[in-house]
Amino acid sequence: MMEYIYYPGCSLKATSKAYFESINTISAPLGVNFKELEDWNCCGASLYMGINEMNSFALCARNLALAEKEGKDMAIPCSGCYTMFRKTNQYLKDYPEIKEKIYKVLEEVGLSYNGNVKVRHLAEIIINDVGLEKISSLVKRRLEGLNVACYYGCLMVRPKGGVEDTENPKSLDRLVTALGANPVFFPAKVRCCGGTLVGLGEDIGLRMVRNLLICAKDNKADLMVVTCPLCHMNIDVYQPRVKKKFNLGFTMPILYFTQLMGIALGLDKNSLGFKSLIVPAEPVVSKYL
Amino acid sequence: MAGLDVLMERGVALDFIKEISTIPGGEEIVQCIQCGTCSGCCPASFMMDYTPRHLVAMIRAGLREEVLSSQAIWLCTSCYTCTYRCPMGIKITDIMYALKRIALRSGKYPRGLKVEKLSKEFVNMINRYGRNHEAELVFRFAMKNPFKSIKDIPLGWSLFSHGKLPLMPEKIKDVNKIKTMIQKAEEVGGL
Repeated sequence: MMEYIYYPGCSLKATSKAYFESINTISAPLGVNFKELEDWNCCGASLYMGINEMNSFALCARNLALAEKEGKDMAIPCSGCYTMFRKTNQYLKDYPEIKEKIYKVLEEVGLSYNGNVKVRHLAEIIINDVGLEKISSLVKRRLEGLNVACYYGCLMVRPKGGVEDTENPKSLDRLVTALGANPVFFPAKVRCCGGTLVGLGEDIGLRMVRNLLICAKDNKADLMVVTCPLCHMNIDVYQPRVKKKFNLGFTMPILYFTQLMGIALGLDKNSLGFKSLIVPAEPVVSKYL
Repeated sequence: MAGLDVLMERGVALDFIKEISTIPGGEEIVQCIQCGTCSGCCPASFMMDYTPRHLVAMIRAGLREEVLSSQAIWLCTSCYTCTYRCPMGIKITDIMYALKRIALRSGKYPRGLKVEKLSKEFVNMINRYGRNHEAELVFRFAMKNPFKSIKDIPLGWSLFSHGKLPLMPEKIKDVNKIKTMIQKAEEVGGL
């Protein structure tokens, strides 16, 4: 059993319950133990960074300090949190003056951090550590004939520094192939979903979601898989609004990659979070369930 | 610095670009060659009053007020495409973050922006619970402009009925530790 320190992040406890549930369901069959970091706090996300940088680094540093005590790699399912922690590690390394200040802040609450936590995206852990060969051998229902648009979004691949190719990542495509499905040509795979602009109802945010949906549909995708709660929120929850605003003549189910894995591994569909999707996935995936 | 001679000849004050280049992450701004790669790949630039390339040119020209009061810096979604593609290694996304903070502190930011209001509510929430409580954030933000928010009620209901908005906040065990840290972080300073 491989063990990781698991940092779910705030969204997985609320709007992205489907991600949380499906991760819980697939981890044991994959031979992975995601041990939740005790008493973790919010990473601050992009919004806090726009208001106060030092506080934002402090919030991340507390989690890193707690994770360091556990001595294991940190597994992070949310691309936003993933980037905040990577960035904090990088800035603590590059700027001694920030490091000194953050160490003082941690001292104040009896913590210390030596910069040794390896911050990793949960998708990358599943693809590289569990490995596609093993995943492929565990597949009970091959997803033959299913066309999937693999959407990586921004923060799993940028800023540079992760293990993934930044401009044309292929790891999710390979994962989807291992499940028996067909990853479609999807040139928008690393374009932005609109981030916080979508929830704010800004016209530009909704346009960004529309562009992703059209790109996937034009390339014959039956569904899209994502690796980030905010991407999911934007493309799934706001899809009815986008559909109405731009007169789209179709809907497209948006699944977390972990949900798709759950289907292929033949796991209980009631524990994969399908009920909390706004755009129902059943019409497309029911034949594999 | 590209174009330095021209700036010197014309007597442009270099205070603003110096301010930006001394911020962690802002150092390389002096290397900008105005190639426009950032504006070309920015997913939001077509809606901005000034594109990222234009903003850097304005920073170099010392147009502090105009830069800080621009809408553009609030449309940055921090997707990091510009930062990755910039041939001169300028961390444009981090500079956008810094511009938001300078604009807020100097009071020059454009009024009535939704993202600025949401950010402030978000910060208060984290300082209060240590975690984000999405239901309360949505509610507080909606209450900033109740009439306009009426159209969002169906969306809120759809989230709630799909189990996506638990009403009780998730708090960390010792919220006081977060408060102590935030207090200390503000004391040691930084942008």
